Amino acid sequence: MDYTIIVFLEILRAISWLVILAAGLAIIFGMMKVINFAHGEFLMLGGYITIMSHNAGVPLWISMGVLAPLVVGVFGIIVERLVIRHLYGRIIDSLLATWGLSLLMIGGVTMVFGNTVQGVSTPLGSLSIGAYQVPGYNLLLIGIAVAMMMAIWLVLRFTSAGLIARATMQNPDMAETLGVRTSWVYMATFGLGSAVTGLAGGLLAPLTGVAPSMGVNFVAQSFITVITGGASMIAGTLSAGTLLGTISQGVTFATGPVYGDAALLLAALILLRLLPQGITGRIFRKSL
Amino acid sequence: MTFSRRTFLQTSAALTATLSAPTILRAQDDVIRIGGLHDLSGAIDSSGIPMNQAMQYAVAQINEAGGLLGRQVEAVTYDPQSNMSLYSQYATQLALRDKVTAVFGGITSASRETIRPIFHRYQTPYFYSCLYEGGVCDRNEITLGTTPAQTVAQLIPNAMNLWGKKVYTVAADYNYGHITAAWIKRYVEENGGELIETEFFPLDTTQFGSTISKIQAAKPDMVMSVLVGTAHLGFYRQWVASGMKGEIPIASTSFGGNGTENVMLTPEEGNGILTAFGYYETVENEKNAEFREGIKAFYPDNPPVLGETSEVTYEAVMIWADAVKEAGSTDRDAILEVIETGKSYLLPAGNVAIDPLTHHAVRDVYIAELRDQKMDIQQKFEAVQPTDTQMVCNLQETPDANVHHEISL
Repeated sequence: MDYTIIVFLEILRAISWLVILAAGLAIIFGMMKVINFAHGEFLMLGGYITIMSHNAGVPLWISMGVLAPLVVGVFGIIVERLVIRHLYGRIIDSLLATWGLSLLMIGGVTMVFGNTVQGVSTPLGSLSIGAYQVPGYNLLLIGIAVAMMMAIWLVLRFTSAGLIARATMQNPDMAETLGVRTSWVYMATFGLGSAVTGLAGGLLAPLTGVAPSMGVNFVAQSFITVITGGASMIAGTLSAGTLLGTISQGVTFATGPVYGDAALLLAALILLRLLPQGITGRIFRKSL
Repeated sequence: MTFSRRTFLQTSAALTATLSAPTILRAQDDVIRIGGLHDLSGAIDSSGIPMNQAMQYAVAQINEAGGLLGRQVEAVTYDPQSNMSLYSQYATQLALRDKVTAVFGGITSASRETIRPIFHRYQTPYFYSCLYEGGVCDRNEITLGTTPAQTVAQLIPNAMNLWGKKVYTVAADYNYGHITAAWIKRYVEENGGELIETEFFPLDTTQFGSTISKIQAAKPDMVMSVLVGTAHLGFYRQWVASGMKGEIPIASTSFGGNGTENVMLTPEEGNGILTAFGYYETVENEKNAEFREGIKAFYPDNPPVLGETSEVTYEAVMIWADAVKEAGSTDRDAILEVIETGKSYLLPAGNVAIDPLTHHAVRDVYIAELRDQKMDIQQKFEAVQPTDTQMVCNLQETPDANVHHEISL
């Protein structure tokens, strides 16, 4: 019984993890059809900001929840103004440009902070469930994933900013003729997506080793989740995260992490063969 | 006779140089060149940069003491950027164009297996200084880092004595992890223990929750870790977050080999991890005190982290220099003959000798416990043999061998 609860919690944690990792990318991709290849490095930047500011004496929650998203968000806006906005509609070019950006960021962070940085311990201690103990931090991750999805849904559904965003997403030319300055909408979206990615980077800082080249460990999972999910931000991320998280974590428990990873890739492969536009290309089409 | 532009330029440049500055030219020719191939950028530059620094420091020390055979030593270094085609390109360049007398470098086994056959073909002595999975059989290569049989054989009985006989292994999913895990299994069973389970992790795994739950269910007496890289640091971090610190102890033969990982974990996370290597910064002897102070003074702005990989690179240059001095020549065969006498060298890591049958180091191995980001040495084992490679390699019977044996148990 205890073990069942543990497995269930781990699966929930894996789903939340994919959702948190992919949310920023999904916002940018879903909204602007720009593939940000430097996604992993945005995560890395969030992680570095969290650790550096925490080591400088800022409370962990502030550096993780406020500073990381803020700085990465501002960085995202600068990147959008300098690079991305010249490349809208040119998917291959933007891919190349952001890939170059990722190399630049790895080199830059290595130069500034060096290759080795002391990490932070995972906060919140542990929680006993029968004979087992799980990190309390896992519950926080699950909570944040839920809150993140709720917030995006509420903004898109009920605010005028959300309405403008949705209009720009559906038909940018029409939105423009109706007086929406779409380039600002894009800039804001890119900044927001970056901020969410920065938050994700901050959240993973206390979970793993933070190093300039860490981005590569996360970029595959994030991309697979977004592409499998398809164009709608919330329904896509949630459905793909749930499906892939359950499959990979279930297999990991049954056999081991090597097969867990393989199962995730296999599931994504089959899904994309059957649903080339992603899950929300066929199912939940009208959802956000 | 036809001149291409390049040969014309070269010839005329050489002519001018000979005419105008014969003494300088002779001095240039008198330099003994050695090659350095370490990853100075890319994902593993945290290992490569300190190794290169250690090599340059060794060269500077040799030159300060008057050089070798009355000549100065010059290091020609390239940055292969963890790119295997650059590795082979620079290796060829070092052997043929720069005509170096020996090469030091290679970090991952993949890079070593890229350049080792090249130096074998061109008969350029090659020194490899990284801990690795064992099994290289090549008279042209001097292998100085520890192999699994050297470290695992000491660590397992020691840890089992301290903690108990039920062992759970977590290992990185590539050949180093697999081979080391096999040695762990053998030594656990030889010492009357029980290996409950071995789990492998791809190098990009960052989430260890399910494994930690499985370990909690299996209740071993200790966990053996052969995890590698920054992503895998997550294991130690999540282990503490799951409240397992102090419940089940961890030992490792991969944690902290290059000296960087121990500072990336906080003291609360890292304290108590038991490791085994051929060198620690904290080794207490006169040579090491000298080395530690010397290299820090040599690099006042960016002192290298000292771990097995960097100290062993320093060793390699020193052993090569000793052979050149004794042979009175930089010739490959003369050097190898000196090294093959099995003479013992007193170095910062302790006593090191080269086993003539395998060209691997017979060296002192230390067990240390991580405490406040420092490796606190608990025990020293003298003259530990590389028994794994000795199983598959005998260079006196097959001096022309040029293989990397996959050692299976």
